[in-house]
Amino acid sequence: MALNQLPKPTPQHSTATAAGGVAEETHDHHDQPPRGALRWLLTTNHKEIGSMYLIFSLTMFFIGGIFALVVRAELFQPGLQLVQPEFFNQMTTMHGLIMVFGAVMPAFVGLANWMVPLQVGAPDMALPRLNNFSFWLLPVAFTLLLSTLLMPGGGPNFGWTFYAPLSTTYGPPSTTFFILSLHIAGISSILGAINIIATILNMRAPGMRMMDMPLFVWTWLITAFLLIAVMPVLAGVITMMLMDINFGTSFFTAAGGGDPVLFQHLFWFFGHPEVYIMILPAFGIVSAIIPTFARKPLFGYASMVYATASIAILSFLVWAHHMFVVGMPLVAELFFMYTTMLIAIPTGVKVFNWIATLFRGSITFETPMLFALAFVVLFTIGGFSGLMLAISPADFQYHDTYFVVAHFHYVLVPGAVFSIMAAVYYWLPKWTGHYADERLGQWHFWTSVIGVNLTFFPMHFSGLAGMPRRIPDYSLQFADFNMVSSLGAFMFGASQLIFVWVIIKCVRGGVKAPAQAWEGAGDLEWTVPSPAPLHTFETPPEFKPTSH
Amino acid sequence: MTPVQTTVSRTVLALIGMFAFAFALVPLYDVFCQVTGLNGKVDNTAKAILSEEVDASRYINVQFVTRSGSGLPWRLDVENRQVQVHPGQATEVDFTFSNLGGKTITGRAIPSVSPSEASPYLRKVQCFCFEEQRLEAGERVTMPLVFQLTRDLPANVHTVTLVYTLYPVADEQSQRQAARTPVSGGEA
Repeated sequence: MALNQLPKPTPQHSTATAAGGVAEETHDHHDQPPRGALRWLLTTNHKEIGSMYLIFSLTMFFIGGIFALVVRAELFQPGLQLVQPEFFNQMTTMHGLIMVFGAVMPAFVGLANWMVPLQVGAPDMALPRLNNFSFWLLPVAFTLLLSTLLMPGGGPNFGWTFYAPLSTTYGPPSTTFFILSLHIAGISSILGAINIIATILNMRAPGMRMMDMPLFVWTWLITAFLLIAVMPVLAGVITMMLMDINFGTSFFTAAGGGDPVLFQHLFWFFGHPEVYIMILPAFGIVSAIIPTFARKPLFGYASMVYATASIAILSFLVWAHHMFVVGMPLVAELFFMYTTMLIAIPTGVKVFNWIATLFRGSITFETPMLFALAFVVLFTIGGFSGLMLAISPADFQYHDTYFVVAHFHYVLVPGAVFSIMAAVYYWLPKWTGHYADERLGQWHFWTSVIGVNLTFFPMHFSGLAGMPRRIPDYSLQFADFNMVSSLGAFMFGASQLIFVWVIIKCVRGGVKAPAQAWEGAGDLEWTVPSPAPLHTFETPPEFKPTSH
Repeated sequence: MTPVQTTVSRTVLALIGMFAFAFALVPLYDVFCQVTGLNGKVDNTAKAILSEEVDASRYINVQFVTRSGSGLPWRLDVENRQVQVHPGQATEVDFTFSNLGGKTITGRAIPSVSPSEASPYLRKVQCFCFEEQRLEAGERVTMPLVFQLTRDLPANVHTVTLVYTLYPVADEQSQRQAARTPVSGGEA
């Protein structure tokens, strides 16, 4: 729904800057860009591509959100009311796939596209045409993925983790299309990661050392390395599935000497770093916003960088904590339990640093700060339930219950998604030249934060009481918890309409923002005018390292 | 090469390496499981009987579970669902395959051992699971399993469960396998 309305005002931003006579926008040697749709199809400008990524991600957020609301509507009461179990399974699966690969990951790539060149003082991404290609792969991938819902036999119905043999021997005929779409989305992520690495390593402003980079840049650099390391593993796994389904191999088929447990190992070897791919950039965003609104430099910059790197390295050593009940020897259970708990240390360092940054700061509570603070609190709740799940004997009870659903939604929704919203509110003045409507932003924040907690907090209890996930029906004792969850979900879903309204309103007009839109902000992006002209830093900026 | 090109070619190399690594994990996983006996994977080749003294001080329950995978109208029966053996003692158990369907089909029993820590101590001297079976419609075949649990079986293992799952073998697959697999059952 947002797709139709949002791209329109953006050309206005570039023309507005030209009309405003901004100093950097005086070159006439550029050929006139193609008009209309072709302009967006062919653009190689990091800001335009970043905007397209963000709009795409918002669209997917709504599509995935509607799927989640179908699930929550069915679970509003016990018994089967609205949808058939087969369709319910497709909805849970598609919700997960769309949110992970279509909403959260592209949103972070979009933010990186917009902000990384601005924060390191580069004129554009290192590989602008590749950038265009990696964006346009996404609509192709997700149109294909969504089209599987209309195919005979329906779309993917095996959960976003697509465990074999459920997805191979017993999968619907459309699984091959699902594999293809995931391949395309994976290639898009990989190309995006290459581009970000090449930009950060080679195009920093003169004088900016690695340890001078803003944390959003640091976290994205580490995320991009994670993407390079694990997306090929995902590609390998789905290629093996493709061969098992269509070419008679037996990677995961016990009948031919394969092993379904191998699938789980390979999948989670990708899957666990993947969940950090969805949270590390969030750490970077929060590390930019909290110092800005506490009006203090970030506490422990170097320890933040090292903590991020440690989390990334540890993410390769913990994958089997998703498989505690698969039948592993005691040694493996212990190994994965301890490595998982070890991750709490660097994560704790980060939370400590954010709190220490707030300590004795002169704090104001604008919308981006509210989202960032909610992130710190609610992400930490998700982290603690993660620690509970890491205890392997306890996990035998929690496994595959709503407790797990509560855990990962706490780290992904008020974690990753809130950080993205915080970033949007924080950088909207830079993107559009106007401040977002503060009153509407506060409404959006409070309805979101109440909605999220109403939705996911009761899931801890229904999960501990034994309600299994991915089932369209449940026994009567879970009815109240589920009703609360469903009401919360509809509230959260509806509150996102406010978000769209705020964005549209902000693109159209509002209080004019100066270059330095937030008093306490310190990075390079605040040295260019607001809205940022189409071309920035064509001559490298003067970079004065601040002492971190 | 410009610095950007250097970075890109390095990341592309890493990408190719990781893609290859994903496929290399498949054989590595098999080797790892076979060496450690994890995941109930059993060395599926015939072994000679270890002539060691029978450890009469303890009994191990050996249970047999048989089941039919999808698409194969067969039944696999075992003469005793459970036997008690001493470590070191060689034991023979008869299994009967029956084809309940109306067609000649090739099938294969895939073994698995639980708990997996017992699998390195299980020596199969003779097993129907070393090869495929081809049964005519309505045919019944009885085949033996001769096995031995070695004396160094950990003391905390009291019960060992052997699971055999029947799977159909596609015809071209079975010919390929036949060409590759040497005649088994030989005393190695």
